[in-house]
Amino acid sequence: MSSKYQPVIGLEVHAVLETRSKMFCACPVVDSTVGEPNIAVCPVCAGMPGMLPVINQAAVEYALRVALALNCTINLTSIFARKSYFYPDLPKGFQISQYEQPLAQNGWLMIDTAEGEQRVAIRRVHIEEDTGKLTHVEREGQRFSLVDLNRSGVPLLEIVTEPELHSVEAVRNCAYALRSILRYVGVNSGNLEKGLMRIEPNISIRPIGSTEFGTRAEIKNLNSFRSLERATTYELARQEQLVEAGGQVVQQTLGWDDGRGTTQAQRSKEVAEDYRYFPEPDLPPLVLEKAWVDKIRKGLPELPQARRERFIKKYGLKAYDANVIVAEREVADLYEATVAAAKTADAKLIANWLTGPLFGLMNEAGVEIAGLRFGAKQLAALCDQVAAGKVNAAGGREVLGVLFVEGGSPTSIIKARGLQQISDSGQLAAWVSEVIVSNPKQAVDYLAGNAPLLNFLFGQVMQKAGGKANPAAVREELQAQLSKLGK
Amino acid sequence: MRLTKEDVEHIALLARLHLSEEEKERFGEQLSNILEHVGKLQELDTKDVPAMASIVVERSRLRPDEPAAAMPRADLLANAPDASDEQFKVPPVLDGGP
Repeated sequence: MSSKYQPVIGLEVHAVLETRSKMFCACPVVDSTVGEPNIAVCPVCAGMPGMLPVINQAAVEYALRVALALNCTINLTSIFARKSYFYPDLPKGFQISQYEQPLAQNGWLMIDTAEGEQRVAIRRVHIEEDTGKLTHVEREGQRFSLVDLNRSGVPLLEIVTEPELHSVEAVRNCAYALRSILRYVGVNSGNLEKGLMRIEPNISIRPIGSTEFGTRAEIKNLNSFRSLERATTYELARQEQLVEAGGQVVQQTLGWDDGRGTTQAQRSKEVAEDYRYFPEPDLPPLVLEKAWVDKIRKGLPELPQARRERFIKKYGLKAYDANVIVAEREVADLYEATVAAAKTADAKLIANWLTGPLFGLMNEAGVEIAGLRFGAKQLAALCDQVAAGKVNAAGGREVLGVLFVEGGSPTSIIKARGLQQISDSGQLAAWVSEVIVSNPKQAVDYLAGNAPLLNFLFGQVMQKAGGKANPAAVREELQAQLSKLGK
Repeated sequence: MRLTKEDVEHIALLARLHLSEEEKERFGEQLSNILEHVGKLQELDTKDVPAMASIVVERSRLRPDEPAAAMPRADLLANAPDASDEQFKVPPVLDGGP
């Protein structure tokens, strides 16, 4: 994006409320991306005539948790509405959604941008039902589509932000912040690949300084955060080129093609939106008791934003590290439990070991916190050993590697593998002296001003020590002996 | 209120119906008559009646989140005009849904 235009972007996010049964019937919710089709369907979610919807209480509670976490005003009376359109994945010919009086509105969340923190307004949060799944088939020269209704009627939450995001980075951070909140309040796993969370940015551009809104395009079919960033970047560039060439952006829905890295128009103009919303006659208004809403509000966990501020203050973490740790509730929980269990290691050292070596191992193996073979107690014990100088950083990493694969006790692993750090000054002095004697040229060159040679000599000492020497002590001894030599 | 031919064509498109010229004429006439009949309600003075989403005074009841058995798949697909691969089979859909 050149400096002539400002991106103006809002997000529409659909999140499956991960209940056990569907929104308006008792069919079990199953993973619709795997397994048998049409095994979790009943006359209600198949759209059979005469069937009546009944609201799932847990779905309402989950929706309220999110709405409250997003600082929304809750409408104690909200109305369900019919959104009518014909498409084979929608058996009733309409989707039960909310329109004029949604569950909640006028909220906000904080995100990070290059210019600092930004408060992004949430326009509305409402409940609706998911559609079925279509598969397009070409077989023996015949083309047709198959409909699986397992997903039909699964509770969905729609979250709409105001168009207040002005960079790809802000879009990404807003999406991550929403995902983090959904996970914190325990209603959604944040899985984009499985479509449990779907992010649709609406994108327009306007000349810098202008306060008018340009015509927006909406992008669908984003299955990862990477796709979200790529598609947003692509669409901003497309609109800028179009406008620069004297063209006009048309309002449309675009589908992202991840393979080609381009967008394609999804809906033709002749079937432009005409949903004929009207209040759902089969569902009386959803009236909530204020006491219930208050109880849900009180039951909310500490949210990422507040937790981040606390981590910075209480543990002296840098904003970046605090962000990384609080993004996932499980990570933040492990961190706090480790800090509490540690005797010698301080909060910063633990943060470094968590976000450095441990995240490295987890990313490499694709393992999440829940899949770890050890807990806060073991991580704290390891950090304590490092802090007390009983094992050096390299040894500590080896211990962590063993913990990661097999679990166990850090102290026993250190003993069993002979990883105890050697800090004995007599032993270190002997090794340093041997290294200087066998590398006289390097020692002399170092003293003549070739500073990097110190690292070479240091490496030689560590090799002699089998990697187990205390690095700080080795450096000190090396410098002491060399400077004595120089005199 | 009389519907124009364009109104009828728009409604037919939304309902995915293909109407012949003769049908557009006939259904347009019938729909207009129905609207006019219901239109009598417009004559009622509702100045002092607040807007309402439902005439049912009752509020929605909520049900506990407890899954129950789904219907047998064979029963579900029994009335489908066409089925294949244990799914409903429909004419090919090209573009994405709304």
